[in-house]
Amino acid sequence: MTKVLAASTDPMFGLFSVIRDDGSMSDEHKAKIPDALLARMYREMRRLRALDERMLVIQRQGRIGFYGEVKGQEATPIATGLALDAEDWIFPALREGAAMLVRGFPLDTYVAQCFGNSCDVNKGRQMPSHYSGKSVHQVSWSSCIGPQVPQAVGAAWAMKLRKANTIAVGFLGDGATSQADFHNAMNFAAVFKTPCVIICQNNHWAISVPSKMQSASPTFASKAIAYGMPGVRVDGNDVCAVYLALSDAAARARDGEGPTFIECVTYRMGAHSSSDDPTRYRSNEEVDAWRKKDPLDKLRKAVVARGLIDDARDEALFNEVDNEVKAAIVKVESAANPPRESVFEDVYGELPWHLREQREELLASAPPPAHGAGH
Amino acid sequence: MRVMVESRMRELRYREALREAMAEEMERDERVFIMGEEVGHYQGAYKVTEGLLARFGAKRVIDTPIAEEGFAGIAIGAAMVGLRPIVEFMTWNFSAVAFDQILSNAAKLRQMSGGQFTVPIVFRGPNGAAKQTAAQHSHAMETFYAQIPGIKVVVPATVADAKAFMKAAIRDDNPVLVLEDERLYGTKGEVPDGDHVEPFGVAAVRRAGEDVTLATWGKMLLPCLEAAEQLAKSGGPSCEIVDLRTLRPLDHHTVVESVRKTGRLVVVHEAWPYGGPGAELVDRVQREAFDALDAPVLRCTGRDAAMPYNKKLEDMTIPDAKTVLAAVRAVMAY
Ligand SMILES: Cc1ncc(C[n+]2csc(CCOP(=O)(O)OP(=O)(O)O)c2C)c(N)n1
Repeated sequence: MTKVLAASTDPMFGLFSVIRDDGSMSDEHKAKIPDALLARMYREMRRLRALDERMLVIQRQGRIGFYGEVKGQEATPIATGLALDAEDWIFPALREGAAMLVRGFPLDTYVAQCFGNSCDVNKGRQMPSHYSGKSVHQVSWSSCIGPQVPQAVGAAWAMKLRKANTIAVGFLGDGATSQADFHNAMNFAAVFKTPCVIICQNNHWAISVPSKMQSASPTFASKAIAYGMPGVRVDGNDVCAVYLALSDAAARARDGEGPTFIECVTYRMGAHSSSDDPTRYRSNEEVDAWRKKDPLDKLRKAVVARGLIDDARDEALFNEVDNEVKAAIVKVESAANPPRESVFEDVYGELPWHLREQREELLASAPPPAHGAGH
Repeated sequence: MRVMVESRMRELRYREALREAMAEEMERDERVFIMGEEVGHYQGAYKVTEGLLARFGAKRVIDTPIAEEGFAGIAIGAAMVGLRPIVEFMTWNFSAVAFDQILSNAAKLRQMSGGQFTVPIVFRGPNGAAKQTAAQHSHAMETFYAQIPGIKVVVPATVADAKAFMKAAIRDDNPVLVLEDERLYGTKGEVPDGDHVEPFGVAAVRRAGEDVTLATWGKMLLPCLEAAEQLAKSGGPSCEIVDLRTLRPLDHHTVVESVRKTGRLVVVHEAWPYGGPGAELVDRVQREAFDALDAPVLRCTGRDAAMPYNKKLEDMTIPDAKTVLAAVRAVMAY
């Protein structure tokens, strides 16, 4: 385990954090997070919050069928996008899609995934918020909880076999630690000593199930000990802390020292998804207490402490990113649906004869009235 | 004096019928309990178990970690030593994680142990496509499960069946899979009062007709009924509709009987066209009613690909009244 982390966290009860309550940080941390990086983090988080808010409204208006908010958990995907090399691979869970944006995936194409129209690289095949982009080395999460974690380990193993200097990062929520896939991922990662980082965003809830009902371990990070890899507990609302922890873990992996497990302690400020009403199972007091630890506010304090922003510039920044989001939505929303015969594409690498027959049969039938136009 | 032995009917929603069946069986038999993800405090992802935690307590309505393989195994173990679990899968898609427990364990333990052990268990939850739930969330899983000897598979299409078969499932000493449907949960229907239980393996003729038989199950009953109505109104062929209700055992006799009358058969199901109970039915009918058939049997099914999210694409992937009509016309034109 590299220096900063080893000194500042123990997997049982430690909590590695960087941004202090007044927005300051130690000189050592400051040296690792230069102004430009901090400003970039802030812009990314501002944009992601704006995106979430607009997409949620769009979902409520029935313009998309589903949406999974990330509000309160922005720090981890942003830190991930910034800490990894462009050639590293990301296997996200429900709430890390936006790492793609940080790594340069176009916002309009990202948004188009939620509309599932012809601008969507997934061709309208997956539910909203299941973003993926091979161009930025990121797959989509699996609707069924868990499978991406052993897949991340497998990707890392392949990188090791091919002696690539890249790593893979796999994500899961606290709930997903109950699945056998988590056990398999942890076990193989350690036994095969793969160059990977497994990150659990402990947002305290798996839909309505509190994390204490998933696991009797003292902390999620402590599970790493039994698998034979370092586990660290990080303030998941502190983007700088996640960034430094992941940078260290990534360096370890690249140096051939094997996997690291990181628990990012955070909170899902919004609903589980657009189909959920969290007021049914958690108290306002709890939500309010976490609202005071909002990762965006925390980061804003750090940015202000460095004198990188003031109210006027902050407002201008908000307008800028919000306009960016608005423009992306406008650009893609009214694109045509994918052509109906596209359902037979990509079932296999080539269109086999039996699907060609079915495709011809489909094309011979009358198309539905409004097909191909609007949404 | 004439005695009226007419049972009173009440209107319930499909989800309420399931709930009532479980509650009545829990009252009747203290060995019965429910376990699954969010069945208790959250009242069930689709509110099927609403109110049951308050009524029966946390010992009998058990919230589990997200681990289908885990709680399927836990429940099978409990069943082997005398309890009667009802396991809810949030959706049948997630039962894939528990497949080994169902396929190689629940279904096999009785046979493998020479009849020493029994697994009186119910696995239940919504099956098939909901609304734009896409590739990984829309599987019609009955195709896989109906293949397995040792388990019974029920796909109730009506509210009355939901209740009667749920009760039958809970009382059965074999593993029974009840495949419900998110799109049916809100539908209303008449349910007879009292302790009404249906036997497995008896199909129901939902509509009498002369010219063509439609055989189906689960929510596909709805487009079949719609298509038959449309045809009736427009003076088209008259459809007889057979709802299979259970897929294992599969009552092909009722279908054969119907085909002997109509001479034509269309099998309608949401699952993929390759194999499955639909193909099984076609096999039985060609063997037992070959001489009665005036046309090849057609199937109207979901398309042979993953379920898309895009609404337009989803709509043309799942059979509806229009595609049923097209199949009926094709079989009539032969
Ligand atoms: C195998 C499986 N079981 C159940 C579900 C239903 N489900 C969707 S998300 C979720 C909770 C996930 O919780 P967690 O892993 O903590 O991630 P979070 O949503 O908190 O980010 C559940 C139970 C599922 N998608 N897949």
